[in-house]
Amino acid sequence: MSATAWAWLVLLLPLLGSIVISLGFRGLPARAAGAIGTLAIGLAFACAVGVLLNLLGQEPDARHHASSLWDYASAAGLDIKLGIYVDQLSAFMILVVTGVSTLIHLYSFGYMRSDEGYRRFFSYLNFFVFSMLLLVLAGNFVLLIVGWAFVGFASYALISFWYRRTTATGAGMKAFVINVVGDIGLVLAAFLIFRELGTFDYDAVFAQAPEVFSRGEWTITAICLLLLVGAFAKSAQIPFHTWLPDAMEGPTPVSALIHAATMVTAGVYLIARTHVLFYLAPTAADIAAFVGLGTLLIAGTIAIAQTDLKRVIAYSTMSQIGYMIMGVSIGAYSAGLFHLMTHAFFKALLFMAAGSIISAMANRQDIDRMSGFWRAMRFTSIMLLIGGLALAAFPGTSGFFSKDSILSYAETRGGMYEWMAIGGYVGAFLTAIYTFRLIFRVLPGKPCPEAQELIDTGNLYHGPPINPATEEEEDSEVGFPGAHHHIAEQSWPMAVAMACLGFGALFAGLIQVPGVDNVLFGFLEPAFEDSPLAAIHPSVAHEWTGLAVGAAVALVGIAAAWLLWSERPSLPAVFRERLRPVYLLCLNKWYFDEAIDLLVVRPALAIGRFANSTFERLVVDGIVTGTRGTVGGAGGIVRLVQNGFVRSYALLLVAGFAGLALYFLLSSS
Amino acid sequence: MTIEWYIVLSSLLFAVGAMGILIRRSPVVILLCLELMLNAGNLALVAFSRMVGNQEGQVFALVVMVIAACEVVVGLGLIVAIFRRRLPLNVDDLRELRG
Repeated sequence: MSATAWAWLVLLLPLLGSIVISLGFRGLPARAAGAIGTLAIGLAFACAVGVLLNLLGQEPDARHHASSLWDYASAAGLDIKLGIYVDQLSAFMILVVTGVSTLIHLYSFGYMRSDEGYRRFFSYLNFFVFSMLLLVLAGNFVLLIVGWAFVGFASYALISFWYRRTTATGAGMKAFVINVVGDIGLVLAAFLIFRELGTFDYDAVFAQAPEVFSRGEWTITAICLLLLVGAFAKSAQIPFHTWLPDAMEGPTPVSALIHAATMVTAGVYLIARTHVLFYLAPTAADIAAFVGLGTLLIAGTIAIAQTDLKRVIAYSTMSQIGYMIMGVSIGAYSAGLFHLMTHAFFKALLFMAAGSIISAMANRQDIDRMSGFWRAMRFTSIMLLIGGLALAAFPGTSGFFSKDSILSYAETRGGMYEWMAIGGYVGAFLTAIYTFRLIFRVLPGKPCPEAQELIDTGNLYHGPPINPATEEEEDSEVGFPGAHHHIAEQSWPMAVAMACLGFGALFAGLIQVPGVDNVLFGFLEPAFEDSPLAAIHPSVAHEWTGLAVGAAVALVGIAAAWLLWSERPSLPAVFRERLRPVYLLCLNKWYFDEAIDLLVVRPALAIGRFANSTFERLVVDGIVTGTRGTVGGAGGIVRLVQNGFVRSYALLLVAGFAGLALYFLLSSS
Repeated sequence: MTIEWYIVLSSLLFAVGAMGILIRRSPVVILLCLELMLNAGNLALVAFSRMVGNQEGQVFALVVMVIAACEVVVGLGLIVAIFRRRLPLNVDDLRELRG
């Protein structure tokens, strides 16, 4: 079978899974829905491996194929095919997406077992994965937009999965609206590309772009900036990031799916896919790099002040995506994608471990209440520790190699990019601090009551069902999280999924150790060879220096966290007092929500209110009432003739005919 | 005989028919007056046909007769239906279609 045939199967299987579960949701036993969903993604992963093996059997330069099933839309001069594009980049993406999604499905199989919406959950989940696969496999910009919008919808459905929680539905709407802003940017970019180049196909666009545009021309810069709007909204970069922490309202596997394998990586993929265009627009690329840098630093500072377990991890996602965006924008394409892969492993793992702990806490997410889980939940704790080590770039873990490959590229490129590398190391220091703040507060110490109950009786603590965002009590029926929860220690699917990811988080970095092996970059680089930036390679000595610096930064960060939250627990309070403005700034997420509310939401509301009270009443109502009055009045006059007397109709007829005859007689003589 | 007499007779018949439709109220009489008008037209057609000297006008007259027959069928059918439903046989009372 050809590579494209395998790729079509990769697309088909999740779609089939979603359709089967949605149509058969009444007849299917609950567990079967989970099994079908997991199996569909698992088989898709197998097919993705098929794509990879097929590509590996070909010459590196011949590893790109386009294939189309039929014409999607065909009009004058416009010919859009329902086509996919398979090359090293999309093969890599579908491997990561299906691989991690399979494990997340497996985890959900156990984690969501007692939820009333089990079948609905798996149907959405499969659809989400299908949308993401469509996004990465699309062969032209139109299908890319279709996948892009599907992902936006699927995220809305999953974030507001517990649809009777008002906080969850609000978060879903927020995510959807911000994503639509990004969609508009992407659509406008596609329009501009079509206007300039007359085609939507990747092959043709990337082949013609260097001939049509000169480097730095304003049209291509505008295209790239519009693409960036889309990428930032999906990848939660400043200022479009506010939906991401709120998306924590969804079930924990959803957070893992959105944050690790799908959705937020779409922006990174988009920039990597359109790297030809971004090479032609250096200004746009630099803006993207600076936004990535800003996001990784700001998110890092916010994460230090948050107390919600999942939100801390959410801000760490923003921060890590910032690294990736920075990487692919400055030209470190392979390195950015490498970080995307390792991040998918350790972030999914962190969320799964967090989900397990939250289950043990009866849905509470406040880390101030947690402690002593090391003794209560050994397996989960080890997994949280592995994920934390990889996130903090502890030497030897996967995040260690991937993060430093981005930063050493930035350093090699020189100039202002060297400053970006320094900013990246500062971000790494923050990462180590907030990650281990989390770990030192949750794992060691005297067990909290919930953990103590688990140690004493082996049973989970069951509190009243509480919304962690508002502390309000709520039902446990359909549309709410169920009353029963599951932890990895008592549910084998969760444990298996976490163990696989733990292995990946620890050892996935070993496929790309500078000077030792070159598996991943060797595979990916032919896809980027048309960009001169991809030819820049840091020397091995340089990379090892970078690794040494990274290791030192991570160790110092971990030590600082240990000092602050384990050794001298009184110190953070002192810092909070001394640096009160800074602390408040971070605690309130740099007031981004408030700023957007002030700058965008309130003016829009004011305009809406003005339109409703004044414009609508005077202009719209005036036009409508005036038209109605005119038509009614004219009708009233005409109605007088229609009096129902046959003989008066006859008289009109005769008179009219006579008048006509008279006219012709007079005019002819 | 010249053509004028035929035309005058035809016009008179037509005027009588039209007048009858305008002033009478019984549907049966209105139908009769309608026939009168059609036949006035027929007379004019035949007269012109003779004046010109070919048969086309007479063919038209035959077609008009067929149409008149059809019209009588429909009209009488309506009148019978009105009668059967015991509605007043007076066109001024049958004015449900007023706007």
